[in-house]
Order: sequence, then structure tokens, then C-alpha cells
Amino acid sequence: MFGDYSLGDLGSIFVMQGFAGLILFSVYVLMALGLAIIFGQMGVINMAHGEFMILGAYVTWMTSNFFQSYLPSLFSGYFFLAMILAFVASGALGMLVEWVLIRHLYKRPLDTLLATWGLSLMLQQAYRSVFGAREVGVELPQWMLGSLHVTDSIEVPINGVFVMCLTVLITVGVAYVMYKSRWGRQVRAVVQNRIMAGAVGINTEKVDRYTFGLGCGIAGVAGSAFTMIGSTGPTSGQLYIVDTFLVVVFGGAASLLGTIASAFSISQTQSTLEFFLSGSMAKVLTLLAVVGILMLRPQGLFALKVRK
Amino acid sequence: MVINSRFFNRSELMGFLVLAAVLFVILPLSLDVFRLNLVAKYLTYAFVALGLVLCWGYGGILSLGQGVFFGLGGYCMAMFLKLEASSVENTKIQSTPGIPDFMDWNQITSLPLFWQPFHSLTFTILAIILVPGIFALIIGTAMFKRRVGGTYFAIITQAVAAILTILIVGQQGYTGGINGMTDLRTLKGWDIRPDHAKVILYFVEVVLLFACIGIAQFIRLTKLGRILVAMREQEDRVRFSGYSVANFKIFAFCMAAVFAAIGGAMFALNVGFMSPSFVGIVPSIEMVIYTAVGGRMSIFGAIWGAILVNFAKTSLSESFPQLWLFGLGALFIAVVLAFPNGLSGLWADYVQPRIDRLFASRKKPGWSDNSVADGAPAE
Repeated sequence: MFGDYSLGDLGSIFVMQGFAGLILFSVYVLMALGLAIIFGQMGVINMAHGEFMILGAYVTWMTSNFFQSYLPSLFSGYFFLAMILAFVASGALGMLVEWVLIRHLYKRPLDTLLATWGLSLMLQQAYRSVFGAREVGVELPQWMLGSLHVTDSIEVPINGVFVMCLTVLITVGVAYVMYKSRWGRQVRAVVQNRIMAGAVGINTEKVDRYTFGLGCGIAGVAGSAFTMIGSTGPTSGQLYIVDTFLVVVFGGAASLLGTIASAFSISQTQSTLEFFLSGSMAKVLTLLAVVGILMLRPQGLFALKVRK
Repeated sequence: MVINSRFFNRSELMGFLVLAAVLFVILPLSLDVFRLNLVAKYLTYAFVALGLVLCWGYGGILSLGQGVFFGLGGYCMAMFLKLEASSVENTKIQSTPGIPDFMDWNQITSLPLFWQPFHSLTFTILAIILVPGIFALIIGTAMFKRRVGGTYFAIITQAVAAILTILIVGQQGYTGGINGMTDLRTLKGWDIRPDHAKVILYFVEVVLLFACIGIAQFIRLTKLGRILVAMREQEDRVRFSGYSVANFKIFAFCMAAVFAAIGGAMFALNVGFMSPSFVGIVPSIEMVIYTAVGGRMSIFGAIWGAILVNFAKTSLSESFPQLWLFGLGALFIAVVLAFPNGLSGLWADYVQPRIDRLFASRKKPGWSDNSVADGAPAE
């Protein structure tokens, strides 16, 4: 399969596909970060995670329309406001869901799966009723269009670079919140031993609610970033949910570093294979490899050693 | 260890008789052939639900990949029927006569090797049982021997469902792609499309379903069923008692896979086509919800769940397509939050005591032959 390309071409192909993989990687990381918090830390299987992401995407789309019709002069900067709004909207919905639904189910993880799947169906139908069944695309501001020419045969799109920078920023932010801040310590304490955490005065219910909200909020930001590289429809979230779960499980559920490493390896494998095989076969091979490795190493790449 | 020596206790016997009466007598007499064929379609899911009762309700293994086995069974059957429908006379207009139409459209000029054995009906029937069975055995062995269970197992089976769907859709020339295998006509020269054939197929399916109910009930009553329940409740204790937990789990998972595959094969026969939309993640989770609505602990409950949810789906999505997804979603949440044992749990809590009281009043007071239901904690 390499025969028809010269060495230089191959190099460029790998760089370009590698870059396409990096964009995929960014989306995976953004989605998986929220899920790693919700599934990895809290043990809740949130099948509606994709729908929280799509909510962020729709919020971005609405903000962009609003700016286009009322504040065209500020249009180039709408994205930053949209991202904050997406975070707030998804986070608020997440906290509401936690209060109504999830908090009754912490002891029954398999049941959270069914309940959140029901939630995702309802949200999908709600999006379809409100925004219509057709996919919507966001108008990008001028400065995000176009691409950077690195060499003659290599170009990288600017919106991709932007999404990647965003991913790095959010990842660093989440790592800081989880591992350095007082609140992150409380979250980890609750995860490790709920009863003891309660005994030393941590309001565990409140911590649960905010943790779930944070995870959903990050999903909203992921959706916001997603609008820059693809269009949004009511069922777009469902396409990514299995991949995202695999990323989190593959990385080792309780490890943020593992999540990033597995998102990187999965996205790079997939996008490199995509050039040489058809898209569907690339995906099949990647997923098969992941499932195969998980069968050999069920605890994932980076397992946290916890005494049970 | 005394197990109820009768095959069914009284309430189960009643459930059995009611189900038999409805499926064998009432529905065939009261519905036209089109509706009866719809019921036959619902019942194919009842096979899956039955398997899930064993695997999820009793074994505690939630598989989100039952669509995989349903699909494998269905595709095996559909391949046989498709080959018969693509005889040389029927496919004269193709550039290569004698191969299925979708292969011809995808510039494949000879029948692929793995299609060849499906000319034989005996092989096909064996394949319907063995292909999903062996596939489940491989997945089960790999997972349970390494003590992977619970949520991880659910997610991985879900990934397998995703992989198989992508594979089927992607390999259009070999599998018919997103359209699936359509235009299935005859079974050994017997046309499966006219009305009287549909009625016969319906009865064949109901007989098969009752055979599967018998097998499931047998498993439930023997020591094996007790070990499954014990394993679900206290896995470590069963392991320390010297049982190989993994083997029992693998067995339950394989049984569920085989039941699902029989359902899939009947689906291909009754509905007349098979497509990847019955394989993927969404149908797999829907199959779990049939079981959950009916009652994950109850064989008859799960079958009623499959029939009723599908009936609701057809009638609601015919008249209010918008409402259906809201209703289904709400049903999921309600089942989980309000009545985790499903319809059969509601029945056992509210209806059964009244019936019992009705019967008990005719007997000596203070005596009842209620045996403790499996899985329900003895109080």
C-alpha cells in the first residue's frame, strides 16, 4: 500500500493525516474529559453525554446567529462568548439532571446507563422539535478560515489549530481544578470514600452535583468546539458516545493522563489508517484493536492502584 | 437443597397458560394477517428478551450487544434465503447471473467463499446456532476469565455492536450494506411471502418460543439457576465455595446469544429482510429495555415486555411520531426509578396477592403454598 508514493509524499501524508488525527484527538479529549470526570470519578455511565455536547453546539449556533443579525461588528469574537454560554447551559442542565435523576442511582451503575439512555432519547427528540431534523452549520468568522502553509505540500487549517489550542487550555484547566484546587481534593475524597468524606464535613451531595455539572459543562464546550469542524444535527452526539466511552475505558477510568494518551493513540491510528483504507475499515480496525487490547488488559492503559 | 419439584408453580402455570392462550388462540383468531405478522416481528424480540432474563436478570451480566447475536442469526438465515432467491433464472439480467443482486451492483463477479456453505439448509440452521454461540463464547471467555464484568462488559459489548454495524455497512459487496438483504422469497422452494405462509411461520415461531421458554425455565429451576442468582448477589462467596464463576457466566451469556440468534433467524423469515439497523447500539439497548419493562427477573414478564413495548412503538409512532421518542425515553427513566422489577414486579406486588387471597379463602385459612420467588429476598 506504500508502493505508489515517494518518500517525501509519504512524509507529507503522515503529517497531514497526523494533523487530521490531532483535530479528531481534540474532539475526543474534550468529550472524554467530561466523561472521565463523570464515569471515571463518579462511576455514572452517562449515555446522554453526547446530547450535552450537542446542546453546547446548538447554543453556539444560536449565539452565532444572534451576533450575525444584531451585532455584526463583534462577530469575529462571538465564539468566546458562545463557549461560555455553552458551558453554562450544559452545566446547568447537567446539575438539574443530577438532582432529578442521577442522585437516586449512585448505587446502581447499570441502571444509570438505562436511565441516561432514556434521557438522551428525550433530548434528541427535543432538539428535533426545537431546531429541526436537519443539520445546522455555524458561520465561522473570517480569521478562522483559510490555512497556514508550512511547506509546499503541507497545510494546516486555522480552525483546527484553534480547536487544538482550546483543548490544551481546557485540559490544563481541568487538571488544575481536579488535582490542585481545594474543590478537586473534595471530589477525590468523595470518590475514594464517601462516608469518611462526609464525616470530615464535606457536603458530598453538593460535590456530586457540581462534579456532574462540571463534566456536562465540559461536554458543552466540546460541542462548541465541534461546530467549527462539523455540522450539528439532533443525533450527532450519539455517533461519538461509544468512541468516547472506549477512550475513557481504554485510558483507565480514573486517570486523566490515561484518557489523553488513549484519545491520542486511538485518533492517530484511525486517521492514519483512513488514508490507506476506506473510512469504515479504518474505524473497524481501530475499534477492534482497542477491544482486543482491553481484553488483554482490562484495567486500561494507566490504571490507578486502589486497594479495595 | 429442595427445589420446587414441579416445573411451574401455580402463578407461573397461570402465566404460561395465559401466554399460550393469547399466542396460540386469541391473537391468530382476532387479528388479520398483516397484524399477526407484526406480532410475529415483536415475538422475535421476545427471544432476545428471554435470553436477557437469563443473562441479565439471573446472571447479572448486562450485555448491550444482543443486537450482534440477533443480527448474526438473522444474517445467516437471510444469506440462505438470498442465495435461493438469486438462482440463475431469477437473476438473468445481471452481468453475473446466480449471485445476489447487491454483489452484482458492487462489481463482484463470483460468490465469495464464506457464502458457499449457505447453499445448504442444514449448514444454515447449524450456523444460526453455532456462529453466535461461538462468538459469544470467545467474547465471554476473554472477558469473564479476566474477571471483567459490570459496566466494563456493557461498554465493550456495545463497542462490539458498533464494530459489527460499521463492518456490515462498509462491506457492501459482501453484506448488502446499509440496505441489508432484501427481496427474500422462498425457503426450499416454499414461498414465504403469501398470507398463509405468514400464518404458518407465526405458529412455527410461537412453538420455538415455547421451546425456549421451557429451556429457560429448566435452567432456572436446576442448581445452575441457583448458582447464577448466587453469583449475581455475592460473586466472591460463590467463587470461594469452589465454583468457577467465569464458566457459569460464559454459559449464561452463550445461552442468551443463542436465543437472540434464533429470534434473528425468525425475524429474517417473518419480515422478509435483514438489515444492519437491527444490529447496532440503538436496537441492542432497545432490546434491554423490553426486558426491563417486562421485568428482568420474570420469563413471562420479559415476553410481555417485548410484545407490549413494540406494540406501543408501532401504534404511537403511527399516530404521534413526535411523541414516541419522548414516551420511550420516559419509559426508560420510569422503569429504572419507579419500578425496577418492571411489569412483572407490579403484577407480583399488586395483582397476585389479590388472586392469591381469592384462592386462599376457599382453602383452609392460614395455609398457602406460595414458594419464595427466585431472587426476591426471603423476608
